[in-house]
Amino acid sequence: MSSPEQWTHPEPDAAPAATAAKPTAEQVIAGLRATDEGGADLVQLLTPEGERVTHPDFDIDITPEELRGLYRDMVLIRRVDREANALQRKGQLGIWVPLLGQEAAQIGAGRAMRETDMAFPSYREHGIAWTRGINPTELLGIFRGTDQGTWDPVEKRFHPYTIVIGNQVLNAAGYAMGQKFDGKVGDDEGEATMCFFGDGATSQGDVHEGFVWAAVYDAPLVFFCQNNQWAISEPTERQSRLPLYQRARGYGFPGIRVDGNDVLATLAVTKWALDECRHGNGPILIEAFTYRMDAHTTSDDPTRYRLSDELEMWKLKDPIERVKVYLVRQQWADSEFFESVEADADKLGEELREFCTNMPDPPAERIFSNVYAEGNPVLEAQRDEFLDYVSGFAGGEH
Amino acid sequence: MAAPTMDRSTAAAPATPVQTLTISKALNMGLRAAMEANPKVIMMGEDIGKLGGVFRITDGLQKDFGEQRVLDTPLAESGIIGTAVGLAIRGYRPVCEIQFDGFIFPGFDQIVSQVAKLHYRTQGKIKMPIVIRVPFGGGIGAVEHHSESPESYFAHTAGLKVVSCSNPADAYWMIQQAIDCDDPVLFFEPKRRYYEKGEVDTTAQPGPLFQSRVLRSGTDATLVAYGPMVRTALDAAGAAAEDGTSLEVIDLRTLSPLDLAPVFESVRRTGRLVVVSEAPSESSIASEIAAKVQQECFYSLQAPVLRVTGFDTPYPPSKLEEEFLPDLDRVLHAVDRSLAW
Ligand SMILES: Cc1ncc(C[n+]2csc(CCOP(=O)(O)OP(=O)(O)O)c2C)c(N)n1
Ligand SMILES: [Mg+2]
Repeated sequence: MSSPEQWTHPEPDAAPAATAAKPTAEQVIAGLRATDEGGADLVQLLTPEGERVTHPDFDIDITPEELRGLYRDMVLIRRVDREANALQRKGQLGIWVPLLGQEAAQIGAGRAMRETDMAFPSYREHGIAWTRGINPTELLGIFRGTDQGTWDPVEKRFHPYTIVIGNQVLNAAGYAMGQKFDGKVGDDEGEATMCFFGDGATSQGDVHEGFVWAAVYDAPLVFFCQNNQWAISEPTERQSRLPLYQRARGYGFPGIRVDGNDVLATLAVTKWALDECRHGNGPILIEAFTYRMDAHTTSDDPTRYRLSDELEMWKLKDPIERVKVYLVRQQWADSEFFESVEADADKLGEELREFCTNMPDPPAERIFSNVYAEGNPVLEAQRDEFLDYVSGFAGGEH
Repeated sequence: MAAPTMDRSTAAAPATPVQTLTISKALNMGLRAAMEANPKVIMMGEDIGKLGGVFRITDGLQKDFGEQRVLDTPLAESGIIGTAVGLAIRGYRPVCEIQFDGFIFPGFDQIVSQVAKLHYRTQGKIKMPIVIRVPFGGGIGAVEHHSESPESYFAHTAGLKVVSCSNPADAYWMIQQAIDCDDPVLFFEPKRRYYEKGEVDTTAQPGPLFQSRVLRSGTDATLVAYGPMVRTALDAAGAAAEDGTSLEVIDLRTLSPLDLAPVFESVRRTGRLVVVSEAPSESSIASEIAAKVQQECFYSLQAPVLRVTGFDTPYPPSKLEEEFLPDLDRVLHAVDRSLAW
């Protein structure tokens, strides 16, 4: 990564690379939807057909065991996602935010991180949570309404889910600045931070400010944008004329577009980006080109705004299938392996269901706890009055 | 209200003037009527076009009025409000949708610094006829930032007007009146009541926008509420009546400017006031009402003004919202305390 010219597409006015069957004029101008393959700059190491291809800048040596691990991660997190979606349908969760289709982007990025690295998720990052060692049961309370995430963000180095679009990007920039100020950047032992957000989020002021801050302070921050093509009902071209990874150049750091349905490529690019950051060459933007295969949330009805053709096309690029094909073709995995992964998934699904249906409601005191680090006498009086009222009420009934 | 140009009573009169509608449908029809009446009225927001908004309040409007009048904007609230300011300067009357209460804050700077102050700073040379629609309040079992009641921040800001509708007829008319208003209006919609039904007469304007209204008369105590809590107050009054207690219920409708004349009149008769609101109580609309009522009705009060509100905490995880939100029991408990004073 010597000169800025190498960071992105060399000629800003170059025509979009691959074209879809019939893009609209708006799509052509945007150069986005027209690139259903992600364009010429898309980094890919495993094609949708399961062919291993090479890339001049990003490649990776992967052992059969490692690839089996990535496969297992993706299958398990997909099962978690489908189970949680079903739990919502059964009334056990208020809402669920599906990650279906984004397994490779998240497992690839998550597995590139070291334990000492920090992650700032948005709200769809169940796969990242998995790689940070967070039990999927710990995600349920957020969507059931019993809590707002129960893991210890400091210990797990996984920040709470952030729902206000873009907020966490600045927070991540600040954290990464802290890593730098603490002298934790500069060699192979260095620390780095990853920040996750969507294509829609790239319009939000906080995200742009995050780009500016991280650049000005050379922060060890990997901006990981999952471009799943949709921000609820708005396609990516409502947010940008330019492919999103090319925005990085304007802020003075590299931007890479990776096939977000290719776990190998995502792992390779993210590892590289994190290493750059550790050594003091951050920040870096990664755009993981992927697709939201399900609704925005369980409350959403995507048939109102997108065509099933698009979904069908992306089905052919499934992130898990291509790894399975490759594992089989290489004879790196046999049916016993695949069956064991299925069995693990079944077990995980059952644990999740069991846990969810037995989750207790939080006690009323929880409303008032931890609002302040040092307490607040006005609030404490309010709490006492309310708890008094509640107990009087219960007493009156019995 | 500066609305010289349009006379809706004849312009948009459908075959049957009185219809039973939900609040959400009434808002949709009100927006449509405003767009038909004035080509300068435009809608801006996230997912309001093809999708019709996450609550479908703008359903069908983009299809019928086009993408230049119903804008699916990029995802940025500061952008939505900030560009609405520029469009207003150009003569448009933007109606901005904030997807959920908790997402208004990225736009807060533009609202407080520009929307609220431009008329003042330019000595009236620039008007800000902007409506900012905010589905607000809890009770829908949602995740964080989807159940908040931030109205006091805006009522606290000079230059902004703040209203909230509680029923379909008001929804239909108030949204049109807000759009006609030459001042910026924060329009708070009671999202948990979106699907409640009521009769709407599309030929009869029920009265001016910035007026509160007595919804039920009573003699023993007065309840004041707005937005989603009006239903709660009415239910409480119904329950109290069965026990022989007569409660007067006033729907505030306008939070800034406050229209407290009907409240003063009521409290002078009943001697007792309970203010009901989902918002936290410290430095709130409810506090302001309490202060003004004790000032205006001091010698009529037989008990202190009581507030039944959300707590002074962040909105809790939704399994706790039943405890957090004022309900019939908490309202009646306050009424009992007031009566026993
Ligand atoms: C500040 C703010 N405005 C609006 C919303 C409502 N909202 C939730 S998700 C979303 C779309 C986000 O799209 P994208 O960034 O692409 O992420 P994705 O959901 O596709 O993962 C919107 C508008 C929000 N959460 N925060
Ligand atoms: Mg998206």
